[in-house]
Amino acid sequence: MGDNLISVNNVSVNFDYQENFISKKQKIHAVNNINIKIKKGSFFGLVGESGSGKTTLGRAILGANKISSGNVIFHDDERDYDLTNMNKQDLKEYRKKAQLIFQDPYAALSPRMTVRDIIAEPLEVMKITNSRQETDERVRDIAAKCRLNIEHLRRFPHAFSGGQRQRISIARALVSNPKFIVADESVAALDVSIQADILNLLKQLQSELNLTYLFISHDLSVVAHVCDVVAVMYLGHIVEMGPSRELFKNPKHSYTKALLSSIPSIDPEKRSEAIELKGEIPSALNPPPGCVFRTRCPNPGIDCKGGEITMGLTEVEPGHWVDQCCVL
Amino acid sequence: MSHLLEVKNLDVKFDTDEGRITAVENISLSVDQGEVLGIVGESGSGKSVTAKSIMKLNPGNTSYNEDAEIILDNENILQFTSKQDLKKIRGGKVSMIFQEPMASFAPAIKIGAQMVEQLLIHKNINKDEAKSISINMLKRVGIADAEKRFNQYAFELSGGMRQRAMIAMALSTMPKLLLADEPTTALDVTIQAQVINLIKDIIKEYQMGVIFITHDLGVIAQVADHVAVMYLGSVVEKGPVNEILKNPKHPYTKGLLQALPDINNLDAPLSPIPGNIPSPLDRPTGCVFRTRCPHHNPEGKDGKIEMKLIEVEPGHWVDQCGIQCGQNG
Repeated sequence: MGDNLISVNNVSVNFDYQENFISKKQKIHAVNNINIKIKKGSFFGLVGESGSGKTTLGRAILGANKISSGNVIFHDDERDYDLTNMNKQDLKEYRKKAQLIFQDPYAALSPRMTVRDIIAEPLEVMKITNSRQETDERVRDIAAKCRLNIEHLRRFPHAFSGGQRQRISIARALVSNPKFIVADESVAALDVSIQADILNLLKQLQSELNLTYLFISHDLSVVAHVCDVVAVMYLGHIVEMGPSRELFKNPKHSYTKALLSSIPSIDPEKRSEAIELKGEIPSALNPPPGCVFRTRCPNPGIDCKGGEITMGLTEVEPGHWVDQCCVL
Repeated sequence: MSHLLEVKNLDVKFDTDEGRITAVENISLSVDQGEVLGIVGESGSGKSVTAKSIMKLNPGNTSYNEDAEIILDNENILQFTSKQDLKKIRGGKVSMIFQEPMASFAPAIKIGAQMVEQLLIHKNINKDEAKSISINMLKRVGIADAEKRFNQYAFELSGGMRQRAMIAMALSTMPKLLLADEPTTALDVTIQAQVINLIKDIIKEYQMGVIFITHDLGVIAQVADHVAVMYLGSVVEKGPVNEILKNPKHPYTKGLLQALPDINNLDAPLSPIPGNIPSPLDRPTGCVFRTRCPHHNPEGKDGKIEMKLIEVEPGHWVDQCGIQCGQNG
């Protein structure tokens, strides 16, 4: 596959749902028939509202959620890992290579462990290092890369601010020397000035350590700034995908357009040019048939209003894919 | 004309085990009828503490300075001591909307019952009238099926709908002043746009004064008429929204604007403000921003310049140390 690190092929994730023990079992279609390729060394952005399935997809790629159909392939240097068909040994190997950074740096760190122990834990659990000395060395090394003070390693997380805690989480994710990082809303809980700092750090680490990111966020301006490729998700489907500059300059899907126009502009003279979307994202228990966005679409065509057009991406420009309903 | 709300020289201090913390120092603000005052700042800058002081909602270990005044409708709220007086303010003349609507509704009481309860406390009406006011208000904020929602619990509503219900509840007593504490932070952008438009419509319709607290400068640009920028308990810059966002003078305001990713200018580098906000326990003397200021002049660095707002343009006030530093950078 050459330059791809991750291939996601027709992946769907369903969850069983039962309202109470006598009611009928239903299926929640969290993620539907997703195809993405993540290039080596890229910063792949995944945006969408809450409930759109971004996190589920991210977790599925890490092997933390069961994939209902389709497969995910991780292309390592020597061999490919097929996530849907992996034995315990392979999974252990994969976990070293793919790691996750969480949203809330306050909840992600155990208050009873020192920073050194937090960062060292993956090394000990995965039995990567052989001696305490080696562990300490690697912890110090990665801590310095994440701009943490060596003296900080002896302290507990409560002594740190949000930005510093997020750097500890990043150090922990990177200590096993992974190739692929899923950053799930990793800057959403931070103040803007610290957010900028963490984004710069992620960028810098990417080139230093040859990382590939899947960056999940609901904040389009952040994604536009850091990502090379962006996929927009809505109700478990990707509705538009393309190189980030192209996509943000020239959005084709009405959902992407509405999202972009909803970002509050910093210019007080440009008030409220937002394309207001009526209502809210429908339940994933019974998504509308046909185009999933049609219930909120500001300008639906006659065909898609009736749900007669099925979901599917079409390439409108090289590398820029849009759901066919909005192209027609 | 006198202002609807005027806060003069307010200090708020908390007594804690580690010592006395200055959460807010020497703040003066005013809000007119039909006007939105935005307060921006990082977490820990004292935005919420300021808002809560207006309802005297800060915890028991709080002390206010004696010469502070919070005047609403010609009455000094800080001098209220009896529960009766405070009741008139809380939910009556002043209402508050919070960030997390799930945490602000009682989980085991129906939304309608909570709305009716507060109306019965503040208005001299019977239950049926209160119910019809509540349902009308739910309709006004754009909740479809208002009669059905009236009989539901908070967990049965989606995030956006809950925030609408919260707004309906806050507005049903017709307050003169609305305190909105990060009301759109927990919402998706599309829902945020809906809620912002709703709040703007309602302000126009009822001519109430609003204090809108947020850390998002984009939201401020959309809703506020005036802005106060807070850092570590002090207002460092305040003025009309256009002036502050287009012609910022204080290095902190400039820093906030530069740290913001702008979708229209993707080539601009993201420049964080260096360092962390200091703990309120060791609040710097003199200019509070000097420990992180990129352009501080020697006197400001030593903390020899006291905090004092100076009017640089009509209505645009900047901290005096910040004016000098702002010129350097």
